Amino acid sequence: MKGFYARRLHSLLGVIPLGLFFLEHMITNFSAYEGGKESFDAGVEFLNGLPLVLVLETFFIFLPLLYHGIYGLYIAYQAKPNNAHYGNERNWRYTLQRVTGVITFIYIAWHVYDTRFQVALGNVTHEQLGGVMHNIVTNPATFVLYTIGVVAASFHFANGLWSFLVTWGITVGPRSQRVSSYICMALFVIVSIMFVLSLVAFRNMEFQDPTVAFQSIRHFIA
Amino acid sequence: MAEAVSTENQTTQQTGRKVKFVITRQDKPEGSSYTEEFELPYRPGMNVISALMEIQRNPVNSGGKDTAPVCWESNCLEEVCGACSMVINGKPRQACSSLVDKLEQPITVAPMKTFPVVRDLVIDRSRMFGALKKVKAWIPIDGTYDLGPGPRMAENKRQWAYELSKCMTCGVCLEACPNVNDKTDFIGPAPLSQVRLFNAHPTGEMNAEERLDAIMGEGGIEACGNSQNCVRSCPKGIPLTTSIADLNKETNKRMFKRWLSV
Ligand code: HEM
Ligand code: SF4
Ligand code: FES
Repeated sequence: MKGFYARRLHSLLGVIPLGLFFLEHMITNFSAYEGGKESFDAGVEFLNGLPLVLVLETFFIFLPLLYHGIYGLYIAYQAKPNNAHYGNERNWRYTLQRVTGVITFIYIAWHVYDTRFQVALGNVTHEQLGGVMHNIVTNPATFVLYTIGVVAASFHFANGLWSFLVTWGITVGPRSQRVSSYICMALFVIVSIMFVLSLVAFRNMEFQDPTVAFQSIRHFIA
Repeated sequence: MAEAVSTENQTTQQTGRKVKFVITRQDKPEGSSYTEEFELPYRPGMNVISALMEIQRNPVNSGGKDTAPVCWESNCLEEVCGACSMVINGKPRQACSSLVDKLEQPITVAPMKTFPVVRDLVIDRSRMFGALKKVKAWIPIDGTYDLGPGPRMAENKRQWAYELSKCMTCGVCLEACPNVNDKTDFIGPAPLSQVRLFNAHPTGEMNAEERLDAIMGEGGIEACGNSQNCVRSCPKGIPLTTSIADLNKETNKRMFKRWLSV
């Protein structure tokens, strides 16, 4: 019986709160593209002004992410993909869901280390995060890796939403599952574009911040 | 014109045409597997079972060497028993309905390795029967006295339930599923769909919660990963993924009901 509840919790956390946070993150970042540094900084300030922000971060992001991520790695490990013999599109998305899950895990670990973790260590302040991102995306190697990371995460979220609808018995028949496939794949494209545009926006010189001492992992790569 | 004559010749008399088979073999349950090639005379309308029968009559491989006849299982020879399921040209299906004319050559034939191999193409599908027992895929009507007739089933419900009842426990959907493997204890799509069938029956419905509890247990419905290979592979066209999504809904309702009623 435990497996059932554990798996349902995994599914639920993927959308609430992780999926919602993911969309919120996308909107805040996109403000860097739309309104530039000023508007991005305002977004960061608003989020940090939320009451009990540490509690929110712990219970609505960190712990759900840890649970969903580690259990997700286990689910991915249990899979035995057979796309060579069953080349249908649904089966490809099954495998991609697992592959992008693993990529997302690595990417989030790295990205959190670069940003929130450095804030926690006191190496940078929240206000300097735009500058940290600028340093990351102006390096071609880390820019490519970050792009792979955000596209993988976007697919994982959008396709996960599709399977969430099945897991919770919302889309039952083939027609509703086909329609939700179109909607979720369109969502994948939109979310990917918005995240990639945000990465591009952080390349803008206005985000440059000479006071940022922390140089990210890019030193190891460059 | 000339072509038409030659195809007529082919179908009316023996031609020199050969059919090539590459068969994955295994001598005993713990043994390792190997492949052996066979070249058989083509006969019009032949299928994989009739080819295996030909090998049984004349067990000589394509190298001209005598060999042990290939073992297989079959029964109905009309795709209703499921006994002859094997992997033909990479796809699990019934050998009796696999026409040689419609298969690319050489024809590869292998056992469905999701199940323990007994010998050659013979596999042990008892895990499927075990799963049916686990999910209580039957309707208990035995009593110490005559219980009388049960409630009637609405015709429109009977029609879709009939589709689910076509399952022949062949195992093809388990073979096709990437989540049925030695790292999981997933019972697979077929027994799940049977839960939907028996829960739809007006008498079977009386034990619906027991069956839902069973598929909320280890290796039950939660192990489905939505690859949807099952529904595309099922020879009987059973809407397996619709059954699974419907049972997702029913098990979720059951979960909340169980929580709220304690
Ligand atoms: C941290 C690394 C992560 C890993 C390793 C991971 C892994 C997985 C795996 C393997 C599945 C497939 C489950 C199934 O098909 O049954 C899955 C589903 C899902 N994931 Fe993730 N995931 C991660 C992060 C995320 C994040 C950040 C989000 C939100 C944006 C997310 C949202 C979802 C959703 C919505 C589902 C669908 C749940 C369902 O099938 O009902 N995942 N995840
Ligand atoms: S559901 Fe279809 S594929 Fe699966 S065992 Fe039954 S008949 Fe075979
Ligand atoms: S022999 Fe019964 S299905 Fe092939």
